[in-house]
Amino acid sequence: MQPTHTKLDHVDDTAKIDNQTLLDVKDLKTHFFTDEGVVKAVDGVNLSLKRGETLCVVGESGCGKSVTARSILRIVPSPGEIVSGEINFQQRDGEVIDLAGMNPKGREIRKIRGGEVSMIFQEPMSSLSPVHTIGSQIMEAILLHLPVSRQEARKRAVSMLDLVGIPRPSEQLDAYSFELSGGMRQRAMIAIALACEPQLLIADEPTTALDVTTQANILDLIRDLQQDSGMSVLFITHDLGVVAEIADDVVVMYLGRDVESGDVDSIFHDAKHPYTRALLQSIPRYDSRENRRLYSIKGTVPHPFGRPNGCPFHPRCDDFIADRCDSIDPPRHSIKGEHSVRCLLYSAADEAPSNKDVPS
Amino acid sequence: MLWYIARRIIYLIPTLLIVSIIAFVVIQLPPGDFLASLISKAEETVDQAQVDALRERYGLDEPIYVQYWKWISGIITKGDFGRSFEWNKDVSDLIWERLGLTVVISLLTLAFIWIVAIPIGIYSAVKKYTIGDYVVTVIGFIGLAIPNFLLALVLMYIAFRYFGQSVGGLFSPEYIVAEWSLDRVLDLLSHLWLPVIILGTAGTAALIRVMRANLLDELSKLYVDAARARGLSELKLLFKYPVRVALNPLVSAVAWVFPALVSGSAITSIVLNLQTTGPLLYRSLQAQDMYLAGSLILLVSVLTIIGTLVSDILLAWIDPRIQLQ
Repeated sequence: MQPTHTKLDHVDDTAKIDNQTLLDVKDLKTHFFTDEGVVKAVDGVNLSLKRGETLCVVGESGCGKSVTARSILRIVPSPGEIVSGEINFQQRDGEVIDLAGMNPKGREIRKIRGGEVSMIFQEPMSSLSPVHTIGSQIMEAILLHLPVSRQEARKRAVSMLDLVGIPRPSEQLDAYSFELSGGMRQRAMIAIALACEPQLLIADEPTTALDVTTQANILDLIRDLQQDSGMSVLFITHDLGVVAEIADDVVVMYLGRDVESGDVDSIFHDAKHPYTRALLQSIPRYDSRENRRLYSIKGTVPHPFGRPNGCPFHPRCDDFIADRCDSIDPPRHSIKGEHSVRCLLYSAADEAPSNKDVPS
Repeated sequence: MLWYIARRIIYLIPTLLIVSIIAFVVIQLPPGDFLASLISKAEETVDQAQVDALRERYGLDEPIYVQYWKWISGIITKGDFGRSFEWNKDVSDLIWERLGLTVVISLLTLAFIWIVAIPIGIYSAVKKYTIGDYVVTVIGFIGLAIPNFLLALVLMYIAFRYFGQSVGGLFSPEYIVAEWSLDRVLDLLSHLWLPVIILGTAGTAALIRVMRANLLDELSKLYVDAARARGLSELKLLFKYPVRVALNPLVSAVAWVFPALVSGSAITSIVLNLQTTGPLLYRSLQAQDMYLAGSLILLVSVLTIIGTLVSDILLAWIDPRIQLQ
């Protein structure tokens, strides 16, 4: 289904990536071609990340956050493919390249991976090899991207382990992942990811599998390292508490697209999209006096094959407008500055129901 | 590590003792004994007094535990495995050369299985659901489904009919009873390829499936994605991480492949007329030639236990997660 374009109130997508922008994803679509049909895991995502800033991507499970992250590094598992869109990335030398157009097995993207863009994953338990030492995996990344000898790589690996707060780093270099706790493994993963000083760190729910105290430690660590190195962070999470703590900008995703995006204050204090508002209402508050049940969004994320027409959120939306929300695909509507939303409540005045989207 | 191996060897002794008792008892369980089966096959009638005399000479009239004690104490003190009634020879004269040949064939077959199956398994997993994978899978299932002895007959026929080669046995006729010499070794090598291929077919087919399944499991693991996200090339990535991990279960499979090759290939060995332990064991069991059968079972058990020990040590060596305590 094509988005319905309007001349007014439509965010200008054609702007060239400026000097301050590190990553600019435009209308990215990553689909999975399974035997049962096409799963549109990511179906038109836009996001933009400035140098040195932190962008949080939030949403429920299954809304395409991880696939978006993997699409940037081109490590979407088969049968997933990027079908359209741009992933413009500004390299260290200033050249802007489109990662979406690269061969996922080619030499160019391999130079980006680990060198310019690194990624840490949700489960530190399984993202380290069970049969290789921590050191061998850090040194592998260093030797791939930096012109150093093995001894220098080893030295650098020790200092990386020290940097991420692993005690006795020169001993732990020869440790295996199963000898470390979950928090230590995630620190080791961060050490591997940052070993070549990438410009962008993609963190795919890096604290979800850890206990609360460790979560806080890892978040602090990422923030400190970011301040020291000036790298940008794309942080994927479903934890709005984490978002409030670390984000500069926020993108809220639902069913494979960005439904609302803006700076962290607009999202938390001036949320427009019913989905964003519902997510915010679902946070438990310790200062709530009333003994009420916690708000929860009605229904569940639809089955990937049963994607609703019109606005994908309409079957669960409290502000559903009959005959409009279930037929019109809402365009991006700019609220103020970079705050934009895809919801007919805000562009209703400019919209007329278009017949071609009405299911026959 | 050394202490671990020493302890495993010490544990070996009671295990073997129990195996030897069970083997001996099981061989004696069927009614009758060697003489009875000999008489039943004999054409003229046998004088009962003569039978009794023989029975006394072989010690068959003694209780089973006395017979067992004589046999096992002979092995431990003098390396004397007793005497084969049927061959009228010392058991030790019969088995050592055959055991040596069996070990050689087994090791070669194991090497053949690994060399063929591992690359094909890797290919099949990486190219999952492609034409190549399907072809390999079909061939693999055919290899699994055809009994080895049938394959032996077909290949022997082809080799004889179209290449004029005598393919049975491990030696050309002139070398069967000759002393060991360079020529005899070369002759042996020229005969070995056929039994190795035939004995290895089913194992290869099975191992391709195992390797494919193991590797498919590993390929979807997060550490593979993490290594890819570091910028490693696909080929280096494949061999350094998932293949390396997928090989671990294969090493533990050494434990069962080895004894299966030693004892389980009797029928194929008979068809191919191989001078290995399989046919010898088969005949000794039929003839109730108890000292020969018991000794063979004991030696196969020793090989099994050694195979298990070797695979445990190998596994501990290649997989850091396994700690030898």
